[in-house]
Amino acid sequence: MSEAVVQTRSLRRQFGATVAVADLSLSIGRGEIFGFLGPNGAGKTTSLKLLLGLLEPGGGTGEVLGAPLGERRARARIGFLPEHFRFHSCLTGRELLRFHGKLHGMRGAVLERRIDELLVRVDLTDAEGRPLREYSKGMTQRVGLAQALINDPELVFLDEPTSGLDPLGRLLVRDIIQELRDRGTTVFLNSHLLGEVEATCDRVVFVREGRVVRELSLAQSVGDIAVELRVAPLDPATLAGLAQFGSAITRTRELLRMRVSDESVLPKLAAWLVGRGLSLYELRSRRRSLEEWFVEIMGDGQRPG
Amino acid sequence: MTANGRDESLQGLLTIIHLTWIEARRMRFTLASLICALLLLVVFGTSVYFLYRFGPGAVPRPAFIRQAQLETLTLAGLYVANFLALAFSVLLPVDSLSGEIDSGVIQTIASKPVSRSTIVLGKWLAFLGMATGYLLLVTLGVVLLVRLFTGFVPPHLATALPVLLLGAATLLTLSIAGGTRMKTITNAIVVFGFYALAFIGGWIETIGALLGSDAARYIGTAISLVSPVDAMWRLAAHRLQSPLVQQLPGPFSSAAVPSAAMVVWAVGYVIATLLAALRGFRTRAL
Repeated sequence: MSEAVVQTRSLRRQFGATVAVADLSLSIGRGEIFGFLGPNGAGKTTSLKLLLGLLEPGGGTGEVLGAPLGERRARARIGFLPEHFRFHSCLTGRELLRFHGKLHGMRGAVLERRIDELLVRVDLTDAEGRPLREYSKGMTQRVGLAQALINDPELVFLDEPTSGLDPLGRLLVRDIIQELRDRGTTVFLNSHLLGEVEATCDRVVFVREGRVVRELSLAQSVGDIAVELRVAPLDPATLAGLAQFGSAITRTRELLRMRVSDESVLPKLAAWLVGRGLSLYELRSRRRSLEEWFVEIMGDGQRPG
Repeated sequence: MTANGRDESLQGLLTIIHLTWIEARRMRFTLASLICALLLLVVFGTSVYFLYRFGPGAVPRPAFIRQAQLETLTLAGLYVANFLALAFSVLLPVDSLSGEIDSGVIQTIASKPVSRSTIVLGKWLAFLGMATGYLLLVTLGVVLLVRLFTGFVPPHLATALPVLLLGAATLLTLSIAGGTRMKTITNAIVVFGFYALAFIGGWIETIGALLGSDAARYIGTAISLVSPVDAMWRLAAHRLQSPLVQQLPGPFSSAAVPSAAMVVWAVGYVIATLLAALRGFRTRAL
C-alpha cells in the first residue's frame, strides 16, 4: 500500500456502558477509494467522527494525513459530507459555499471561482441564489457534497453521500468519486448502498460491533467465484473429482453449483470435464456480490426479523 | 501561534460572527423582537404624550414633584425595556449551539480548520453585539420619547446603560454556556430560572433591608451573587434617580442598593461563564 493517509490502532469509544467502537485498526493508502461497511449500529458513524476529531477516543491512537486525530492542520486538508447534510436554511447555496470556503481561509476571486466550478459540477448553478429551505433533499445533498470539496481536499469523508439522491444524482456522485480518484484524492466512503460501494471502491472493510471483521480488495480479483455447470452424465467419481477445482459443491438434478478461487480455474475445469468424456452444456461464472459477502460476514444474526 | 495561524484564527472568528449575524437577521425571532420593541415604544410614547400634554402632567406642580413623576415614568418604561432586552438576550442564542448540535449542522463547521473556542467566541461576540443594539434601541427609545414630550432626561444615563448591558450579557452568556451542554428547551428554562432567582433575591434583599433583617439581606445578597441580573437593574435604576427621589418610597426605589463591587462581580461572572462555555464545548461529543 502507498503512504497511509489514515492510520488507527485499537481506537475505542464508548457512551456510558455502550461500546460503540471496540477496537478499530485501519490503514488507508493515499489515493485509495475506501469503503466502510457494516450493519446499523456497527459503529461506522462513531468511527468516522473519531477520525474527524468530532469525538475524543476513549482509547487507542490514530493519525490522519500524518497528524494526530482532530488536529487543525489536518482538518484544513480534509473534506466531509455528513449523513443527512443540513445547514442554516436561510442561506443560499452560494452563501453556504462561501461560508465554508472562508472557514478554510479562502477568499476573494479564488473562492468565487471555486464556488462557480463546484456549482457547475453538482448541477446547482440555477439554484445558487435560492435559500436552502427551498432545496429538495437531493439538492441539499449535492450542495453538501460541494462544500466537502470546496478546499480541494486530499482526503474526503463521505457519510452516505447518495442518501436521498435519485439514480441520476447517484451517477453524479459516482462520477465525482471517479474524478477524485483520478486526481489522487483519497475517499473514505461510508454507505449502505452496496452497489454504489462495489462500483466505486478499491477496498472495503466490514465492521461489526466496532471492530474490523473482514477486509476485501475490490480492485483485484475478489477470489471467490460462483460457478454453475450443466453436464451429463454425472457420476459419483466426477462429483468427487470436481473437489480439486473448488468447494461448496451442490447438485440440483443436472445443475451443479460450486465456488472456485480464481477465474483461471474455469478453463482447466472445462478441459477436465470434456477430457473425461462428459458433455458440457453450460458453464456460467459470476463474481460474488458485495451483498453476498456482507450477508456471509455479518451472519444471519444481524438480519432483522 | 504563527502570524499565519493568527490570521486564519481571526478570519475564522470573523466568518463565524458574520454567519451568526446573517442567521439572526433572517430569523423571524429577530423581526418579532423588533416589532415588540416598536410596540413598546409606540404605547409608551403615546402614554407620555397624552399624560404630559393634556393630562394631569400638564398641570403646573412643584419642581420636585414633577421631577419625581418624570423619573418614575421613565424608570417604568426602562423596566419594561430592560425586561425585553433580557428576554431577547436569553432567547436569541438559546437554540444556536444546542440546535446546531441536535441537527448535526455543527459537525460540518467543527470539522473545518477552526477551533471550537473560535466557534463559541464568534457566536458570543455576534450575539452580544445584537443584544447591545437591542438594549440601546429600547432604552434610548424610551429616554428619547420622554425627552421629546417632556424635556426630561434622567441623570447618569451614560453609567447606568453599561450596567444594564452587563445584566443582559450575564443572561446571554449563561444561555450560550447552557447550549453547549443542554437541549434548547431545557436551556431556556434553566436560564429563565436564573433570572427568576435573581428577581426573588432582589426582593428578599430589599424586604430584608426595609424590615432590618440582616439574615434576609444576606440571603438576598447570596442569591444576587449566584445570579447578578436583578442586582444590575437595581443598581442602574438607583443611578437613574436624583438623590431626592432616591430617598422617597416608590416602585423603583430600593432600600438595598447593590454596591459597585457587584459590577466587578458581574464582570467576573460573565468571564467565568464564557470560559465554562468554551471549555464545555471543547470537550463536547459532536
